[in-house]
Amino acid sequence: MTFDTALLLICYLIGSLAFIVGLKMLSSPKTALNGNRFAAIGMLVAIIGTFLFYRNSKGEPLGNFILIFIAIVIGIIIGTLTAKKVKMTEMPQLVSLFNGAGGLCAALIAVVEFKSLISGGIIYQASTGYLLILIAGLLIGSISFSGSVIAFAKLNGNIKKTGSFKGQQFINFSVLITVIVLSVLLVLSTANASIYFYAILVLALLYGVLFVVPIGGADMPVVISLLNSFTGIATAFAGFLYSNQAMMTGGILVGSAGTILTLIMCRAMNRSLGKVLLGSFGGTKKVDGAKDEGSYKEISVSDTAMVMNYAHKVIIVPGYGLAVAQAQHACHDLDKLLTEKGIEVSYAIHPVAGRMPGHMNVLLAEANVPYEKLKELEQSNTEFPHTDVVLVLGANDVVNPAAENDASSPVYGMQILEVDKAKQVIVNKRTMNPGYAGISNALFYEPNTSMLFGDAKNVLEQLIAEIKTM
Amino acid sequence: MQDFFQYIIDNEQTIYLIILMIFLGIEVISQVPSILHTPLMSGANAIHGVIVIGAIIVTGETASDDYFTLAIGFLAVIVGTLNVVGGFVVTDRMLGMFKTEKKNNSNN
Repeated sequence: MTFDTALLLICYLIGSLAFIVGLKMLSSPKTALNGNRFAAIGMLVAIIGTFLFYRNSKGEPLGNFILIFIAIVIGIIIGTLTAKKVKMTEMPQLVSLFNGAGGLCAALIAVVEFKSLISGGIIYQASTGYLLILIAGLLIGSISFSGSVIAFAKLNGNIKKTGSFKGQQFINFSVLITVIVLSVLLVLSTANASIYFYAILVLALLYGVLFVVPIGGADMPVVISLLNSFTGIATAFAGFLYSNQAMMTGGILVGSAGTILTLIMCRAMNRSLGKVLLGSFGGTKKVDGAKDEGSYKEISVSDTAMVMNYAHKVIIVPGYGLAVAQAQHACHDLDKLLTEKGIEVSYAIHPVAGRMPGHMNVLLAEANVPYEKLKELEQSNTEFPHTDVVLVLGANDVVNPAAENDASSPVYGMQILEVDKAKQVIVNKRTMNPGYAGISNALFYEPNTSMLFGDAKNVLEQLIAEIKTM
Repeated sequence: MQDFFQYIIDNEQTIYLIILMIFLGIEVISQVPSILHTPLMSGANAIHGVIVIGAIIVTGETASDDYFTLAIGFLAVIVGTLNVVGGFVVTDRMLGMFKTEKKNNSNN
């Protein structure tokens, strides 16, 4: 063992340790920020170590230094700029995009590796295990890439519809089976390896698309988390390919932690992973919209201002509408104004409000809303009965009573914020259109609910101006 | 099949490493409050960006006149770096917000 190899192993050891400790720190609020930085430093050590100390089987260092360096600089520039510039509301799609980048990277590595096997004429010597791992990396990486791109497009609003059609599950299943058959064929006979290999690549990309397209928007966070763990697994396979400890540790950690996180998220939404994956959420949309359409009351901004001004206790329920309208600062201004008037204001945060768990916390934190004003689901539900006014800002599915009393509803079983227990509920929405899950909401027709139509930011600003004059 | 068994024997230690890592990953995450789900996902997302090391190795080992393969490797390094850098920066930004808001509290 040479000096360089030993140094490289030490770099990887440091990197692996930093990943483990960093991930552990990331799961507690106090240490999360440092945990992330810790993991980043570990990554830096592992990458620099690779640059300086990597030797191939012939003992030669890496070639094409300048090319790699340029690629890294480009990656750093694009990565930093997008991560810094993007609005807080667009965070979920960004995570999805970066995840897709990782998946693409894994797939490309498999392609390059395969090409070198072919051009070197050594594909016949490659062992079954080696080929299987190569294919697994290609397969999972490609699915993760195309799936993430679709998830990104859905969250970004480029794809509005949840395209599910009859027999879709069957087609998905057939594609998957075909891929497995092709993989077996490739391993058994390397004669037509190239054809099989690229067919697997194409089908895997197709599968990623088919896999995500039918899944409803409300379930997107779960899907991103799942794809995230897929990329982790692809990374682990690539690490196995090169016997690279840093890649293996990082990949497997993310693979297993990501899977658990996916399950935790499902539990928070009270949905089973199976149901999410079968796309039953978005698939059954708008079934019985007409059923509970009654008449709803509309309320003007000045009446809302009046009601709030004379309330003792106000709870704000933020949702995706708040994020879209970028109304978090206006929301905090209203909160401050009411608090100055001696009114008790708090926020009821549903764990899955918005497009990602914790989305609302991040958003309100950006507007400097004090941490202790954000109340979790259980606590809020005990407080609603003593609350004068609940202001629902662009939230819909998380306050839909159908989750509690309509077994046929796609959201049935999810815990909701029981806002209808409050004396008065004011719901701010842009239109009467159903929410992201595509189902109507009986709350809007309750006798103590009033609708306040308009863009959240706009409405809040008018409301603040009104209350100031009182 | 023989080939496959041989592969398992050759990689015995690695297989142990994988199994232990899987349990470690589960253990590390188990008690996470829901407000941290998004940052945690984003942080984990950055960590699997370690795949960029594979991209660096594969590009570094490609013959310098094989332009097509080099182009694929070049792209792989770019997207891998994008995953790492973007992932860590965006997580930092998210978590930074929690931090400033806590500072404000202690000042109030």
